[in-house]
Amino acid sequence: MNRSLRPLLATTLIFLFAYMLAVSQQPAMLSTRVLGNFLTDNAFLGIAAVGMTFVILSGGIDLSVGAVIGFTTVLVAVLIMWLQLHPLVAFAIALIVATAFGAVMGAAIHYLKVPSFIVTLAGMFLARGGASVLSPDSIGINHPFFSAVQKSYILLPGGGRLTVVGMIMLAVFAVAILLAHRTRFGSNVYALGGSETSAALMGVPVARTTISIYALSSFLAGLAGVVFSLYTSAGYSLNALGVELDAIAAVVIGGTLLTGGYGFVAGTFIGVMLQGLVQTYIVFDGTLSSWWTKIVVGVLLFMFILLQRLVFRAAPRRT
Amino acid sequence: MTAQQPVLEARGIDKVFGQHRALDTVDFAAHAGEVHALLGENGAGKSTLIKILTGAYQPDGGELLLEGQPIHLRDPLHGQTYGIGTVYQEVNLLPNRSVSENLFLGRQPTRFGMVDRKRIDAAAKDLLSRYGLNIDVRAELSEYSVAVQQIVAIARAVELSGKVLVLDEPTASLDRNEVQRLFDVVRGLKAKGLAIIFITHFLDQVFDLADRVTILRNGRKVATQALNTLNTTDVVRMMLGKDVAFDHHPTALTGGPKGAVRVQFQGLSRKGLSPFDLSVHEGEVVGVAGLLGSGRTEVARLMFGVDTSDGGQITVDGHPVTIRNPAQAVAAGFGFCPEDRKLDGIFGDLSVRENIIIALQAKLGWFKALNRDDQVELAGRYAEALDIRAANHDMPVKLLSGGNQQKVILARWLAIDPTFLILDEPTRGIDVGAHAEIVRTINRLREEGLALFVISSELDEVVAYSNRIVVMRDREMVAELDGDSIAPDAIVQAIAGTPPHETREARP
Repeated sequence: MNRSLRPLLATTLIFLFAYMLAVSQQPAMLSTRVLGNFLTDNAFLGIAAVGMTFVILSGGIDLSVGAVIGFTTVLVAVLIMWLQLHPLVAFAIALIVATAFGAVMGAAIHYLKVPSFIVTLAGMFLARGGASVLSPDSIGINHPFFSAVQKSYILLPGGGRLTVVGMIMLAVFAVAILLAHRTRFGSNVYALGGSETSAALMGVPVARTTISIYALSSFLAGLAGVVFSLYTSAGYSLNALGVELDAIAAVVIGGTLLTGGYGFVAGTFIGVMLQGLVQTYIVFDGTLSSWWTKIVVGVLLFMFILLQRLVFRAAPRRT
Repeated sequence: MTAQQPVLEARGIDKVFGQHRALDTVDFAAHAGEVHALLGENGAGKSTLIKILTGAYQPDGGELLLEGQPIHLRDPLHGQTYGIGTVYQEVNLLPNRSVSENLFLGRQPTRFGMVDRKRIDAAAKDLLSRYGLNIDVRAELSEYSVAVQQIVAIARAVELSGKVLVLDEPTASLDRNEVQRLFDVVRGLKAKGLAIIFITHFLDQVFDLADRVTILRNGRKVATQALNTLNTTDVVRMMLGKDVAFDHHPTALTGGPKGAVRVQFQGLSRKGLSPFDLSVHEGEVVGVAGLLGSGRTEVARLMFGVDTSDGGQITVDGHPVTIRNPAQAVAAGFGFCPEDRKLDGIFGDLSVRENIIIALQAKLGWFKALNRDDQVELAGRYAEALDIRAANHDMPVKLLSGGNQQKVILARWLAIDPTFLILDEPTRGIDVGAHAEIVRTINRLREEGLALFVISSELDEVVAYSNRIVVMRDREMVAELDGDSIAPDAIVQAIAGTPPHETREARP
């Protein structure tokens, strides 16, 4: 078996096991309502984590994700409430701004040969600061389009609701899976994560690919911001604080090697769901502090890093 | 074969790095259907020449011709489009991707924008079967042995280029059977009319595979000759040759009473290196001769504890010592000037003074800091003793010339009052004047009673300062010469593995 499948398999098994455990404690958790809420509540995290998956697969890191989400919510709110633009126009503008922001970071990483950690850290401060300059206070969004979107959903058997934001996340995952595993761009991303020197010698357009990866990550962070504004009907500069770290955790728990080159987009989906599961369980239980989520995520993360070490250290050889 | 036009030709190539002339009007020509070996010691310029031929470097003078037409290569990718493919020692493929993706990356067939994996896998399987490789092409490349990876790399290079194939030390990490497997592939390509340039430091492989050989030394071409007119001794002589003349040391090192044994190694061994016994006496220089890859540097690293030994004993002045890391070696009074001075020897940004005192300070430990006056005094004393020419002792050592840097490292070890000094290629990359000076310094240290172990690929130099010479071949100490038997010719024969006055069949 392909050894990069092993962490993915482990994540899936742990998710199923944890879900069964949760259901045995709280039988009400076994319903499409809960599943629907899983998707809705974690949509912005899932979308941002998809972008993070590409970045980590290529051997980089993007710390600006949370800040870009926050910035986008503020920008969208400003465009709709102050400039009276239609939300769809506002979304388009916000996504273009976010994508350009990521492309500039990617260009800096490639051409200035600065580690992605540093460049995206700078990007994080810039985006967060920019959002506060736009508006230090939370801006509520009142628009018929928002209410309409928030009220539309597909009713699942069992009473669950698949909301628009949930659907957006599922669509993003579906497209991203094809992009990662079935296109030349996806191959190039894995190639960069395997060895940048080899990739360059093999004709991978390193500059273009690097810029595209960070542009994609910021685009998805922007989309996550749009979803976040739909989810909360507000724009606030301190929205999504630390979401980049949750995204990184989801990617790693999903079986992607933190040093790049190995992993699957689908794994990230399970990583996000696993985090959502812990949160939901805590809500159901009612007596636990929500900080237990962080503790469980920390333990899981540690376990997976250990697991990856074990899987990738002993390289099996054929002749 | 020389009558036809070469596929790839280099004419009068010059390459200068800073002050160092890496290549000096070198000519090289590779013909279709031949395997052309490129030989030379470290620093001879073969890797520079290869980088120019593949486009990684641009020459400062001379020109490249492909099938008679001048070409200018921007980078290896550009070289590839002209039909020049390269396979490196470190396989430059993607360990994390499947074999078929490694073969087709950058030119995957697509359907509706999606990569058509079935077609890739089928094409990859078909392609590799032509190289006698029937493997699961969907498996990760890193699951296969280096030999298989090399063949995959060759298949990719030939597929993309198809005129010239450069093999840069492809066999360095292969075992005997794997080498033969690789050679079969190369012979097949040769029969198809590719021009193959083969770089290695294994002479037997050159005789096994190559038709012609070009030998470089110190950035100049020594010869290009058909291999069936040569034997191993000729090749070794041309590689090591005579560049700098030294007077044989006046004290005439032959005979005379030796001092007491200072350092003794018994059965010291490590994986990939035959166990050896060696004792070095007070006031004695043991020289080491051997080609690159013969295991000479490995011996030095083992002695100094850079690599840990698998077995064997070390005694200093009759007392057994344990050396499992360099700190223990320093504690036992050993000093080591490594081969790559800039990388492993000097602390480029630290001053001359700091570079000199650092080993002594390390030996003293954390709590006995040398005060500044002592440091200045110490640095001054050794700088004078070794004639280190620096404007002042507070300037960064990286600004000094190679010869002076080497003397700073020597001073560093002399400061700890060593029992035993290991010098690995002490004169590499040093200009001729300083060269002779280092040799004089080694001789003086010996007269002062130090025990030294000196590795060099310059035969005349080894002869000039050694009391005894150990010859290494294939990671083994194969001969020991002393007294009157120390002479360049005798060393060449020992390295080539031929008894004197006999020539081996060129092609066994």
